[in-house]
Amino acid sequence: MPAARSLPALRMALATPGQWMTILGIAAFLGLYLVIPVAMVILVAFQDPNTGALTLVNFADFARNELFLRSFANSLYVSGMSVVWATIFALPLAYFTTRFEFRGAAIIQTLGVIPLIMPPFAGAIAMQLLFGTNGSINLLLDEWFAFKLPFMDGLNGVIFVQSVHYFPFILINLTASLRNIDRSMEEAAQNLGASGFRLFRKIVFPLAMPGYIAGASLVFIKVFDDLATPLLLNVKDMLAPQAYLRITSVGLNDPMGYVISVVLIVFSVFSLFIASQATRGRDYATVQRGGGGLSKRPLKALDTVMAYSVILLILALVLAPHIGLFLLSIATIWSFSPLPDGYTLAHYGRVLAESGQFIWNTLLYATLAGLIGIGIGTAISYIVLRTRVPGREWLDYVASAALAVPGVVLGIGYLRTYFGIPLPGGQPLTSFWIIIVIALAVRRLPYALRACMAAMQQISVSLEEAAENLGATKASTIRRIVMPLMTGGLLAGFVTSFATAAVELSATMMLVQNTADAPLAYGLYVFMQSPAGRGAGAALGIIAVLIVGISTYLSQSLAERDRRAKAGG
Amino acid sequence: MQNRRVLMAALALSATAAFGAPAMAQQGKVTVVTSFSKDVTDPVKKAFEKANPGLTLEVQNRNTNAGVKFVEETRSNPQSDLFWASAPDAFEVLKNKKLLQTYQPKAKGIPEKVGAYPINDKDGAYFGFAASGYGIMWNERYLRANRIPEPKEWSDLTKAAYHNHVSIASPARSGTTHLTIETILQGEGWDKGWGTIKAMAGNFNQIAERSFGVPDAVNSGQVGIGIVIDFFAFSAQGAGFPVKFAYPSVTTVVPANVAIVAGAPNRAGAEAFIEFILSPAGQEVLLEPTIRRLPVNPEVYAKAPAGFPNPFKDANFKAMMTFDVDRSEARTAVVDTLFDQLISFHLNDLKAITKMLHEAEANLAKKDSAPARAALAEARKLIAAMPVTEDQASKDPEIVGAFRGGADAKTRRAEFEQRWAAFAKDNYAKAKTLAEQAVAQSR
Repeated sequence: MPAARSLPALRMALATPGQWMTILGIAAFLGLYLVIPVAMVILVAFQDPNTGALTLVNFADFARNELFLRSFANSLYVSGMSVVWATIFALPLAYFTTRFEFRGAAIIQTLGVIPLIMPPFAGAIAMQLLFGTNGSINLLLDEWFAFKLPFMDGLNGVIFVQSVHYFPFILINLTASLRNIDRSMEEAAQNLGASGFRLFRKIVFPLAMPGYIAGASLVFIKVFDDLATPLLLNVKDMLAPQAYLRITSVGLNDPMGYVISVVLIVFSVFSLFIASQATRGRDYATVQRGGGGLSKRPLKALDTVMAYSVILLILALVLAPHIGLFLLSIATIWSFSPLPDGYTLAHYGRVLAESGQFIWNTLLYATLAGLIGIGIGTAISYIVLRTRVPGREWLDYVASAALAVPGVVLGIGYLRTYFGIPLPGGQPLTSFWIIIVIALAVRRLPYALRACMAAMQQISVSLEEAAENLGATKASTIRRIVMPLMTGGLLAGFVTSFATAAVELSATMMLVQNTADAPLAYGLYVFMQSPAGRGAGAALGIIAVLIVGISTYLSQSLAERDRRAKAGG
Repeated sequence: MQNRRVLMAALALSATAAFGAPAMAQQGKVTVVTSFSKDVTDPVKKAFEKANPGLTLEVQNRNTNAGVKFVEETRSNPQSDLFWASAPDAFEVLKNKKLLQTYQPKAKGIPEKVGAYPINDKDGAYFGFAASGYGIMWNERYLRANRIPEPKEWSDLTKAAYHNHVSIASPARSGTTHLTIETILQGEGWDKGWGTIKAMAGNFNQIAERSFGVPDAVNSGQVGIGIVIDFFAFSAQGAGFPVKFAYPSVTTVVPANVAIVAGAPNRAGAEAFIEFILSPAGQEVLLEPTIRRLPVNPEVYAKAPAGFPNPFKDANFKAMMTFDVDRSEARTAVVDTLFDQLISFHLNDLKAITKMLHEAEANLAKKDSAPARAALAEARKLIAAMPVTEDQASKDPEIVGAFRGGADAKTRRAEFEQRWAAFAKDNYAKAKTLAEQAVAQSR
């Protein structure tokens, strides 16, 4: 039975001195590396373009512009539909692998995360090659049945690619949640006669709600703010692409791009607020640990076949871009034909000879960014959920707003803010590779944060109270009780931010000042800009996917082992 | 700090002048910001480092706009020595902001002009090292499969056979496409030129967001035909793709350039790079199959592969128009905005109307009908109409002010955009009605 939060009884000061220090530290980090640089740039949105005086006239221009309003509506529609489709992809994978005794659960989980690791450019190119108007499938359909299917046309194309790309956010967070549900809940429901879909709908899914909401809100905001996919599919009447187009083509001093950025940021924070309202006032915490997760049951033979078919079908669809990318990486020439003209390993040879440094840099940067992310993420969740410092939610909102800051804006903001500060030796601070790590950490912090929040929401505060009553200090309670119970969520957060940091490009692009410091995504971009580099770029993309995929698999197995150890102990 | 650097540079220069020191073996790293792909930079880097032992070339790849912004944002403490890209207007922007260092190249054998275009900047701020022309590229397999004839002229692309088969990059996003649009406007005149462009646009399959998006789509066969700069097609051929390229008669060749960044940390190394790329050895690298740009040294063409165009000899280059950089420069932002507001953001409408017009045209060819013909002509006129005249685009103080910014400007850029978008929406709605009429009456 969920323990009601017996909070008022607990003699809690607003926060301990240690917590205050943490709050100040986080606020300083966010201020220095998110708020100030972004403010330096978006100030332009509030200035009259001609006189420089402060004004809101640009927002009026936004509201009067038919194109921007249409873009706004399109962005909302695409984000909403992407959440729907992402849920359809994620639910069966998450449910079957956590609920039943399932061979290859770790592999399925890993494969389910892979779509997130879609290197920039490569993904959309591969999707076009397979599903485009003249892609493999349509060429074959045309040849056999003389018709074509417009998978990739207009907004539907964007929804298709986005839901394939981002559904792992839901999968990862939902899985983590499902694993944390107290199995006694389920057993109680079964004893009362619930089973099958009813059990799922009434008990399991509601209890997993924090994870689902965390994932769904990420998908929504990410799609809302993503510019690369619509642009690569040549869809321009959406909000984020409009912001990007304005900033990069009209110029740094044009206010409309920043007006749109402000709208994006405000709207993203607003949707997080809505999401937090959805889980507010309910209690998802369960006391019992150790038996963590739903009890796994064997499937009947027929059900097994059906479950596997559904899963295989989903996996085939969501992994299609990677299959296309792999084909491209071993293709000689692939032009207006269902399959490449010939196959070669030359691209891999070229990439391995030229790109060792890129691979190493990527591992280093993404790992550091992931660690910073879960460090700060845990601290923020703790402060928001376990202390009563007034305005504490703002740490969450500000950190999450990073999701809505276009990478270009952040990159330019860093250059503006920190370029003037020299390192010892005379080089500007921005030429130091650490700045890339910080940019990645800030941009991926929201992912880690959502996962940490969900994990902490599911821990009953009475466990901590018990520890404290037994004499443990706050610090050791966090270390000995909270952190271990959060392991699954932390891992989910680390994996998402690591995997996505490994393929980030837009901020990196502005900040890379030295090829020796460049990550893999940048190398891939460089390759992909020339006809002869397409295969090599694809090969580098496949290497990126493999690296991140293997890391994810390792962490999944770790999580599984950890879970078993707890269950056994 | 910058002052000290300038002072040091001045001291170093005067020392060189005083002792007449010969070009000594250089040391260190030369950093170049470039929009060129790895396929271009790698062979150049290799040859340069071989010719200048001790120097290494550090390549930073950014698209042209991001590169300009990078040089701009880092002006207080420059980290790059050279800027190296195609679009001459990017260099104009940098030059006007005093971000380029003037220099007098010593290399011999490079003529004043290629086609009708001066190779070097008249003030010595940037230097042409290769020439490129604009034209039409197509995928042979795609054309064969769809039974489309090979296009030769811009006007071919307005024909019904090419509906939904053509692709272009947005001129606001791609410096080279901007020059293509400007070339058509200068070659055919403002009104006729926009007419051609909009009639072509009715046949566009897509408007790509980056320059390379177009050749990429043509190479892979996603789109049949692309409006591109020549080397995209030549290097794709070099890589083995089944593509071809043609220069229409209204086109021009312009140089791709290199310039020294003001306050370059390794100025001597930067000069060495410019001398190398203009030398015969550097020019020959341009003929590599992955690069395939037209060298500016006429003698190097002796080593070019068969069928390689030679702008210093071939007759069609002689006939090419003179491209007026100043005229282009004065209205860059206006032209790009007009393209986006009238074409990019209304592409679906424009395509739908154009399709109907093609249909009416085909019907009329079988059975003539005067009212249908009149409706058709009227619809075409509405589509071609422009909200601003050529003079207004570059001289109207209100428009120029809004696009340049500044305290004296009366109107905001966003207001003009709205006006033009409304103009387009209105005209296209009327044209659509007329097109429907034309189709109905011609049946």
